[in-house]
Amino acid sequence: MSQKEQNEKEPLFSPKHIKLLTNPLDDDNPITVLVLGICSALAVTVMLQPAVVMTLSVVCVMGLANLIVSLLRNTIPPRIRIIVQLVVIASLVILVDQVLKAFLYDVSRQLSVFVGLIITNCIIMGRLEAFALANKPWPSFLDGVGNAAGYGIILIIVAFLRELLGSGTVYGYPVIEYLGLYEFGYEDNGFMILPPMALITVGVIIWVQRSRNRKLIETN
Amino acid sequence: MQSLRQFLDRIKPNFQKGGKLHMFESTFEGFETFLFVPNKVTDRGAHIRDATDMKRTMILVVIAAIPTLLFGMWNVGYQHFLATGYEGTFWEAFLFGLSKVLPIIIVTYASGLIVEFAFAQIRGEEINEGFLVTGILIPLITPVTIPLWMVSVGTVFAVIIGKEIFGGTGMNILNPAITARAFMFFAYPARFSGDFVWISGLPEGEGIIDGFSGATPLANAAIGNIEAIPPVMDMIIGTIPGSIGETSFLAILLGALILVITGVGSLKIILSVFAGGMAMGLLLNAFAVSPLMEIPAWHHLVMGGFAFGAVYMATDPVSASRTETGKYIYGFLIGFLAILIRVLNPAFPEGMLLAILFMNVFAPLIDYNVVKANVKRRIKRAEMVGQHAKTMK
Repeated sequence: MSQKEQNEKEPLFSPKHIKLLTNPLDDDNPITVLVLGICSALAVTVMLQPAVVMTLSVVCVMGLANLIVSLLRNTIPPRIRIIVQLVVIASLVILVDQVLKAFLYDVSRQLSVFVGLIITNCIIMGRLEAFALANKPWPSFLDGVGNAAGYGIILIIVAFLRELLGSGTVYGYPVIEYLGLYEFGYEDNGFMILPPMALITVGVIIWVQRSRNRKLIETN
Repeated sequence: MQSLRQFLDRIKPNFQKGGKLHMFESTFEGFETFLFVPNKVTDRGAHIRDATDMKRTMILVVIAAIPTLLFGMWNVGYQHFLATGYEGTFWEAFLFGLSKVLPIIIVTYASGLIVEFAFAQIRGEEINEGFLVTGILIPLITPVTIPLWMVSVGTVFAVIIGKEIFGGTGMNILNPAITARAFMFFAYPARFSGDFVWISGLPEGEGIIDGFSGATPLANAAIGNIEAIPPVMDMIIGTIPGSIGETSFLAILLGALILVITGVGSLKIILSVFAGGMAMGLLLNAFAVSPLMEIPAWHHLVMGGFAFGAVYMATDPVSASRTETGKYIYGFLIGFLAILIRVLNPAFPEGMLLAILFMNVFAPLIDYNVVKANVKRRIKRAEMVGQHAKTMK
């Protein structure tokens, strides 16, 4: 009964709930602060389009996985909780993969194995373990969407920089050519297309974020 | 001299606390200590005191790089005349080279120093002179035909990512000059490979006389075109196409002499790099299955950027190993890996760049283990002495 009361007391978008959505964008960002999900951040950020599709996929999978696991949280035996979480995530990833194959075949081919590898994305499992198993469905859903968005925002920033500097395009549009920079002798930076540069870009984002948001700087 | 000192003293109050231009204090300080040896000396603590400060040390490296720079300038002109079939005198060749190389040097210094000064200013630190050396080394390891804006981008990248994010001069893990070269190499590969980029004028389509090839000896070696490799004597003197400063073994040797005599560069590192390269070369000769593997081991030491890297890059005291035993290991592995990459990886005809970067990363680990081993050895000795003393009783 008390649970129900609490539910009614807390409005859907109370400040606490909004925080669940916005905190992962900066203070608790899964990539730049928790340093999780780096592998896919390096792999799918050569172009903006795959990064955007990847972000949307992860938002869907993570929001729904958090929601489902949170709904099941009182019935999952603790000893087999990991396998239950995996089943939930895997089913959702298969759904996303099928949708992509049906409607966005080209992008799906570009993303290739990385859609399937969302299953192993450490952020998702981490949020299920740390949040969904101990919280009510609605906050869990928001937490999932927030963290996926925090992951996605970094993905999109990195992909934007890499595509612009590495290929001279933004979301496929030849911006540099349009500006006529090639006529002045400008050349695309081939290094931006290689994975090391994604790592350096993420590093620079971490640097910029910490010099702006000083409480993130580790003291030890 | 006197009037310069007086001028500095006159404008100094403006930059000190309370002065109008206090915000530019570190810039002023940088210029002042560059022009005059500062009278501040370390007066306490267990430091080794030396007559020279870091600015003077850095200047010595710049002086050591001058032979290769001057030769490089002449060679730029010489190669250009050779390619176009023009009979030029010594001074014509030199002046032509000067006109091509000087802009690269100016752009490197300008873009690097702007970044350096900006960081020092923002952080309120003194300006360090590490860049004086980096700024002269970057032009020496680029092809002469490189567009100036690329040099600028590479330099800025190297100073920020290679140095400033680690905390500036003395804190960097990687050698900034090598970082710049690596960045430019991977970012604009077309500007660093092929037969045309090494000689001024060729990419713009200026006339080439028949039968002339602008390929570097290493590029020829990599495609198995062994006959096209110039005689060893040419490679030692340096009248071959290549990056501006890397071609002449003799000029590099002169630089090495200056570095070693003044005690700035470590002879141990230089020698062990050569030993490592020689060892790998002999190993490859022993198991040679391709023409490239059959090249005499000692030829590798005078080809490409090997000698340049060994003398000017590997000896960088900041990114190299600091323990004496570590220097041998560090140098040997650089040479060893450089030839390994050069010969067995066709994608990278020059392995020196990657070998040095790789060992830069490993240098702290080498030092750690050398120190550990020494601690272990001394504990063992102490125990033995202790036991001996017991038995004597």
